[in-house]
Amino acid sequence: MADLTLRGVKKAYGSLNILHGIDLDIKSGEFIVFVGPSGCGKSTLLRSIAGLEEITGGTLEIAGEKVNDVPPSKRGIAMVFQSYALYPHMTVYDNMAFGMKIAKEKKEEIDRRVKQAAEILQLTKYLDRLPKAMSGGQRQRVAIGRAIVRNPKVFLFDEPLSNLDAALRVATRIEIAKLKESMPNTTMIYVTHDQVEAMTLADRIVVLKDGRVEQVGSPMELYKRPGNLFVAQFIGSPAMNILPGKIEKAGAQTGVSHIGGKAVVPIATPASAQGAEISFGVRPEDLYVAKGANSLFEGKVDYIEQLGEVQLVYLDIGRGIELPLIAKLPGNASVERGATMRLDADAGDLHIFDASGSSFVKHTPEAKAA
Amino acid sequence: MAQASGNSAGKSSFGRWGVHLAVLFFVAIWTIPTLGILVTSLRDKDQIITSGWWNSFFSSSQTQAGRLGAAAGQQERDGKFVIEGNIFETPGASTVSAFGTRSAAPTQYPAGTAADLGDGETLQVNADGSYIHSSTKKFEGERGQRVYYSSTVPPKFTTENYYNVLTSENVGRSFLNSLTVTIPATIIPIMIAAFAAYALAWMRFPGRAILIAVIIGLLVVPLQMALIPLLEMYNGVGNLFGVPSKTYLGIWLAHTGFGLPFAIYLLRSYMAGLPRELMESARIDGASDFEIFMKIVLPLSFPVLASFAIFQFLWVWNDLLVAMVFLGTDQEHLVLTGRLNALLGSRGGDWEILTTSAFITIILPLIVFFSLQRYFVRGLLAGSVKGG
Repeated sequence: MADLTLRGVKKAYGSLNILHGIDLDIKSGEFIVFVGPSGCGKSTLLRSIAGLEEITGGTLEIAGEKVNDVPPSKRGIAMVFQSYALYPHMTVYDNMAFGMKIAKEKKEEIDRRVKQAAEILQLTKYLDRLPKAMSGGQRQRVAIGRAIVRNPKVFLFDEPLSNLDAALRVATRIEIAKLKESMPNTTMIYVTHDQVEAMTLADRIVVLKDGRVEQVGSPMELYKRPGNLFVAQFIGSPAMNILPGKIEKAGAQTGVSHIGGKAVVPIATPASAQGAEISFGVRPEDLYVAKGANSLFEGKVDYIEQLGEVQLVYLDIGRGIELPLIAKLPGNASVERGATMRLDADAGDLHIFDASGSSFVKHTPEAKAA
Repeated sequence: MAQASGNSAGKSSFGRWGVHLAVLFFVAIWTIPTLGILVTSLRDKDQIITSGWWNSFFSSSQTQAGRLGAAAGQQERDGKFVIEGNIFETPGASTVSAFGTRSAAPTQYPAGTAADLGDGETLQVNADGSYIHSSTKKFEGERGQRVYYSSTVPPKFTTENYYNVLTSENVGRSFLNSLTVTIPATIIPIMIAAFAAYALAWMRFPGRAILIAVIIGLLVVPLQMALIPLLEMYNGVGNLFGVPSKTYLGIWLAHTGFGLPFAIYLLRSYMAGLPRELMESARIDGASDFEIFMKIVLPLSFPVLASFAIFQFLWVWNDLLVAMVFLGTDQEHLVLTGRLNALLGSRGGDWEILTTSAFITIILPLIVFFSLQRYFVRGLLAGSVKGG
């Protein structure tokens, strides 16, 4: 009912291009998260959907209607800002009622909807307060309440948790997830640079870089089968280990040599890729201490970061690699600095990317729309 | 370590004391003359001449001249001719400390002693002002003996000066004239400037940057340079419609024109500093530019509107030049500053008139300042964005 369709959406400030043609289909009721590094255009894209920025190319449809030139208030959207953007001279009640008052709705209707939203967000006893008399988390709840009162088809969140402290961030994140559950038909688009928020909240994640979509997919899909090097390194913490390598034997199972040794990866490669230069990747958490004679890597423990639950082991495998290999091992494993260590990983957890950075795993259309 | 922190604490406390002393100094410099004007304006005009206002709460001693009763009032008593009476018109108002009969020595004899004036003539003046003037010969002449005396007068405060100044000196009329000029000349530019400032801060239209630059440029146009051309233009337009050249409307427009560049500049800077998300949020809520201005920007800009109102009010209230040129100097239109100027010429020695007029002139700016100064504190934005 409130599908969003973006076709070749472009945004330029003069000669400076911010968005280079974004294509995206968002289904009604989906929770979509835009992630990407600073300056990737994720906020600009959100503001373009809101109508706060005019797009300079392409079409934007909400619920089947082209809204390129429709003012923000007529698009059926509501937005929650990072800085809350509460009207400081109005009480919580007036903040939440502002939009409906502007629309000249009936007083009883305004009262009913504001009270209802306040009930959902447990703000009822704060309705007479001014924003300055509230904590950061409460203010953000008021901002969300203001959005709920508008009864929008699409909710837009622009880094709503960035201004909260760590504990409050977790609590509010869960509140947002519950809010989404209680409104299954409302589409939500959420911008963040925090991958934990992206992984926990999203139905689908849109990874953006330099104004282009790098990959769209469910959180686990992005984690398990990143479409390219950028997504591979952006999702997951610490980032995936990437080593230069070469395809020794192409086929249904690919034989790879990398600077740490050799491996067989269960990913099909075309015969034309025989001998191609590739990037070989493995996530730190997929590495474990080798049990048998076979191992993926062997090196000297350079540094250990003990986090209690896990420890991050920095392994110097030599051979001219600048960055050490990082392995996430259980916290109770006995590792000694300076000791030689052999690490292994399951074949299914290995990743290979071609010279342009794309994964050899071809994404089927079904996977893309999942 | 402890010593270092002790030193730094001592330094900061010294700095704080320095600030306090400096503030105290400026407060004193400002307050003392103002207080002087207030006290002087409330004193009796005779006392103003004899002692400074700082002595006004103590009895003052002044030397005066008077005349004893004439020969017609003499009585013959024990072979002497005696004139009795009181040198004060209202006995008991003050006390005599000394007296004399020659202007060269006005306090030759202490009060209560009998002074031998020679030729068998004696004079005794008592502290309460009563006197006995006796002589062995019969007094002659139409006028009584001249006498000088030093009297101690208790402090006397009166509102008579204010009554006089407001009624007979036309200061009351000028006060109303000044109000008639100042209030519209403060409100009109604020209203225009607020709209202009919002548009220049938050609306996108071609030529906006140039318009801002021109307004900033107008800030440095000297008033004196524009004054006469402006009057000429106003008269030209006025003639077209048959409007006289010196009217209140003329001076309102003149002050509005001279005040607008600064008003727009000040208000625009403030409004441009309001968080952008507020406007965007309101726009998503469906508010038009006019509604955003009226419901969000205007209430939040109240501190800066108050600041500008104070500036403009004081400037217009204290203005003499524009008023002289655009309003003239006739009794109907003379403003307070012009009236003060005229009084300085005509009543230059009458301190009670001048101080009273001066205090009437400063009382309104003081009220305006103290009633609006709390809006200088920009606490209104707290809570709209993080950290507030």
